[in-house]
Amino acid sequence: MSDFVSDFWNLYVIVIVLGSILACAVLLIIQGKATFTPGKTMGHVWDESLEEYNNPMPKWWSWMFVITVVFALVYLALYPGLGNFKGVLGWTSGGQHKDEVAKVDATVKPLFDKYLAMDLKAVAADKQAMDMGKRLYLTYCMQCHGADARGAKGFPNLTDADWLYGGEPEQIKESIANGRQGMMPDHSGLGDDTIKDLASFVRSLSGLPNDAVRTAKGKEAFTASGCIGCHGPEAKGTQALGAPNLTDKVWLYASTEATIIETITKGRQNKMPAWKEFLGDAKVHLLSAYVLSLGKGAK
Amino acid sequence: MIKHEQIEKSVPLLIILTLAVVIWGGLLEIVPLFFQKSTTTPVEGTKPYDAVRLVGRDIYIREGCYNCHSQMIRPFRAETERYGHYSVAGEYVYDHPFQWGSKRTGPDLHRVGGRYSDEWQRAHLINPRDVVPESNMPAFPWLATTKAKDTVGADVDKKMEVMRTYAKVRGLPTYSDEEIKGAKAAIGDKTEMDVLIAYLQDLGLALKNVK
Repeated sequence: MSDFVSDFWNLYVIVIVLGSILACAVLLIIQGKATFTPGKTMGHVWDESLEEYNNPMPKWWSWMFVITVVFALVYLALYPGLGNFKGVLGWTSGGQHKDEVAKVDATVKPLFDKYLAMDLKAVAADKQAMDMGKRLYLTYCMQCHGADARGAKGFPNLTDADWLYGGEPEQIKESIANGRQGMMPDHSGLGDDTIKDLASFVRSLSGLPNDAVRTAKGKEAFTASGCIGCHGPEAKGTQALGAPNLTDKVWLYASTEATIIETITKGRQNKMPAWKEFLGDAKVHLLSAYVLSLGKGAK
Repeated sequence: MIKHEQIEKSVPLLIILTLAVVIWGGLLEIVPLFFQKSTTTPVEGTKPYDAVRLVGRDIYIREGCYNCHSQMIRPFRAETERYGHYSVAGEYVYDHPFQWGSKRTGPDLHRVGGRYSDEWQRAHLINPRDVVPESNMPAFPWLATTKAKDTVGADVDKKMEVMRTYAKVRGLPTYSDEEIKGAKAAIGDKTEMDVLIAYLQDLGLALKNVK
């Protein structure tokens, strides 16, 4: 099927392309017949004494032109270029890409399939699989989790055996395949004073310096304001919801009072994108095993 | 037959013949592109940029993002593995001007939509080193403190009308009067950062998960 909206454009392209090549050839023939007449100039004089002779083109130059004309015709026969004509080779850039992918797939697909059929823990113990996993990690994951997998502010460290959504192999795979949506709500309605109390209490849970009076009030507010709903009565978090354990020393954002107040006031809505559709099962499997190997599994 | 000397001594003739030579290649390389289905038909899922994304795109252009980021994934396996499906002409029908770029200091952004979270984009634009320590991208912190309605959004309705004219000439789906009237309200109090992120998160989704 033609890509042009009407057949006119097919002819338009063919006529101009062949016409141009023909014109080059004719020019070449005419110029090839030109002979040098001693003393005869082009007949005009510039800057008092500047004149030019009408010499024939050097032979090597004429031949370059001939080669160009021949090349153009051969090219147009082999490759698409002449209107709707697809060229005898049937080449397309999309087809070339497809061939390239198929060629590499023939080598790597058996490997991916082999690991896909294996248990995640077994894959994590396989050196070649982990080399592959590391490359995948450095292509798709390091932008958020860091080249060393130690994360950044707001983006979890994958090496510390602390897991927001669980560190079991299947939980890690679920996080990568389908993504996760962080959902700490906005609590600005509690008022600045209560939020400060809560921040003090949260700091006390990790043994950080805090204000004893505020901490006592914060402890009550922690239950009364519903924090226990996600973080649990002991503030140890709920992995099913991705609610972090507040009693450990791991901080996704920062442990400073100002940051904790910001988190409670504005909430946090960060997100792990879903990779299943983009990467496919086999790569998600390898990446899950790689992340598993980094974090040494659930603590 | 016109003589060499006549052409050289007549300015109008020289201009006309020079133009003819310059135009010749364009007749073949440019003109037919306006009459090809693959270059004029939007790929399924490609929509005109809504008000927020249209002005987000203006930030992208104003800050010169195209100097370091291309929006053109070439059909090579090394690129499609990293970025996703190679770019096709029908994805750019609403881009005036297109942002293909010609140099990659940073990665290609044609399918960056949905690749990172909004929070990542925000942290990264305020200071790229906060999330990618190795990055040499400049920081753009002022975007977070400038309201889009005071800068790129001030004349968004006019911009949309121009885009609508382009689309109508080519018979493409385009904005309704209501959309243009509601443009300023849609931008509201959003910062330049918000509209830029909205634009980025929408890039290349049409073929994002197509293999």
